Amino acid sequence: IFCLLEYCTGYVGFANLPNQVYRKSVKRGFEFTLMVVGESGLGKSTLINSLFLTDLYSKDYPGPSQRIKKTVQVEQSKVLIKEGGVQLTLTIVDTPGFGDAVDNSNCWQPVINYIDSKCEDFLNAESRVNRRSMPDNRVHCCLYFIAPSGHGLKPLDIEFMKRLHDKVNVIPLIAKADTLTPEECQLFKKQIMKEIQEHKIKIYEFPDTEDDEDNKLIRKIKEKMPLAVVGSNVVIEVNGKKVRGRQYPWGVAEVENGEHCDFTVLRNMLIRTHMQDLKDVTNNVHYENYRSKKLAAVTCNGVDTTKTKGQLTKSPLAQMEEERREHVMKMKKMEAEMEQVFEMKVKEKKQKLKDSEAELERRHEQMKRNLEAQYKDLEEKRRVFEDEKNNWEAQQRILEQQKLDASKSVNKSVSQYLAF
Amino acid sequence: LYILFCGGSTLLGYIGIDTIIEQMRKKTMKTGFEFNIMVVGHSGLGKSTLVNTLFKSQVSRKSAGWARDEKIPKTVEIKSVSHVIEEGGVKMKLTVVDTPGFGDQINNDNCWEPISKYINEQFEKFLKEEVNITRKKRIPDTRVHCCIYFISPTGHTLRQLDMEFMKRLSHSVNIIPVIAKADTMTIEERQEFKQRVRKELEMSGIEFYPQKEFDDDMEDKSDNDKIRETMPFAVVGSDKEYQVNNKRVLGRKTAWGIVEVENPNHCEFAQLRDFLIRSHLQDLKEVTHNIHYETYRAKRLNDNGGLHPISTNGTHDSNL
Repeated sequence: IFCLLEYCTGYVGFANLPNQVYRKSVKRGFEFTLMVVGESGLGKSTLINSLFLTDLYSKDYPGPSQRIKKTVQVEQSKVLIKEGGVQLTLTIVDTPGFGDAVDNSNCWQPVINYIDSKCEDFLNAESRVNRRSMPDNRVHCCLYFIAPSGHGLKPLDIEFMKRLHDKVNVIPLIAKADTLTPEECQLFKKQIMKEIQEHKIKIYEFPDTEDDEDNKLIRKIKEKMPLAVVGSNVVIEVNGKKVRGRQYPWGVAEVENGEHCDFTVLRNMLIRTHMQDLKDVTNNVHYENYRSKKLAAVTCNGVDTTKTKGQLTKSPLAQMEEERREHVMKMKKMEAEMEQVFEMKVKEKKQKLKDSEAELERRHEQMKRNLEAQYKDLEEKRRVFEDEKNNWEAQQRILEQQKLDASKSVNKSVSQYLAF
Repeated sequence: LYILFCGGSTLLGYIGIDTIIEQMRKKTMKTGFEFNIMVVGHSGLGKSTLVNTLFKSQVSRKSAGWARDEKIPKTVEIKSVSHVIEEGGVKMKLTVVDTPGFGDQINNDNCWEPISKYINEQFEKFLKEEVNITRKKRIPDTRVHCCIYFISPTGHTLRQLDMEFMKRLSHSVNIIPVIAKADTMTIEERQEFKQRVRKELEMSGIEFYPQKEFDDDMEDKSDNDKIRETMPFAVVGSDKEYQVNNKRVLGRKTAWGIVEVENPNHCEFAQLRDFLIRSHLQDLKEVTHNIHYETYRAKRLNDNGGLHPISTNGTHDSNL
């Protein structure tokens, strides 16, 4: 073997490495998680079916669009696709109910929670001792469907993209693009890009490659952003050719015709050229963001100052356990405090009630006494009045008597005079 | 000689009673009509374009140049624009009331309230004039005669906001639902969608115009039944003209064909226009005056306990 090496100077053989990687990955199979977000009726399910040429949502298993949701749900469906010996485990995450209610505040929260929970799962799997199988369920790409209003982005669109551009690769798409004429489409795209820049939303950027040819293609794609797509799985015959499209009375909108819509651009970009890059950016940028934020938060909370920030003397999981215990204790303390406060308040209230009762008693007594005094007063007055009355009557009698006497004496004197 | 048979007797001369129609016509031509139409729907559904197409002139508030970068207002605004258009000697003062901001926010709770308030304010204005001691010869009629509600062509069902709005306002104004941007859907999708929408409206007890309860006679009923079967109309609006088969038509040019606005095979715009303007314009005004306005008036007078002087209070509750 040594002789062989000496003979073949110059050729070591590691140029074969990509092939080895290729073979290993083909054996392992690939995983890709795609999330679709948008209001109902924008053709999300149809587009997924068109992209992957499957009936992920069919009549037997109707997609979320056929079921009316009251709150935002996050649903995932897995499908295994094989092509040319390569196996892809595709996970589609759908968000029915997004933007459908009258009040859509925080309808992005379930989506954010889902993405974070997948990152957390991966983080935990990474930190485990046994890392034999590390399934990668992180969301690699989020297709955001914009309604083809022709004007600009809606407040909901802007809010959502602002909150998610740091967590996942956001690719905005103009849905149902056959609503717009080519001029309207151009103006709409320009308006959207302007608003995206205004609000500093970071959508997925295509990386520059070393190849000039590829760069030209990439630049062309960039000019077409956001991509205006039309989906359909119905095959129609046009000029003898079978194409997938939508049949209108005025013509057939072909899905795979570059002049009609940007569907082929999306498909090529998503599947044929940039699938791996999407996964890499998710892993290197978004996941790392999440990880550093999570770990920094864990080490900063309730740790004594002798430990330097960022240095983990305990594994983050044990740290989290401790945090949990602390939290439980804090809760217990709060509960005890609340009980105390409650007791105190009850006592106060009782005291107050007693006081007011005593007050009432006192007043009652006083009123009684007042009443009695008044009664006595009245009695006194009555007595005085009786006395007066008696006096007056006595006086009257005396007067009468005097009158009688007077008349008697007059009579007497008259009779005396007459007798004379 | 013109022999008139009426109730058995024959008149041997021409009296001329039938000229009353001509006299009425002359009078109305001189005085002209007023028609107030309101368009409601979230932005981007083609409301202004449709109104322009309906009246074949630039009558909507966006007629003065297309302000594409117009910001979505934070609350629902009511903007009305009036034009006087003339056709065949008949003058019509057309007022288009637009409602920008409806349904565009993240939280759209109660976004129907400014609209309800506006409609009631117009009723109030009319009532005040009517109740005045010295009345004007012709009370200016700003009441909303017709409200076109634009349904988003999702292809699935009505949205919650659509149901809420129509439920609350179908009793104070004539609502005509239309499916906007109908060139999004193929013919089959359109039929299915319409059926689903109609069923939902029926199940929720929402009566759109023409309401079944106001059909006067059998003739009306059969006419209106036919119309109700095709509602909501799936419309497409456009103010651009293209050449199709040597004819100039209004349409939208896409890479796979031209959508003709007035072609009944393409969309139901022509039906909507005929229904709205050519056959039911007067009926819309009458229903507004005889039913919606009277309901408002009765409630108002009952609440006030009689014909007391009515004061304008800015916080007038919606009568729903």
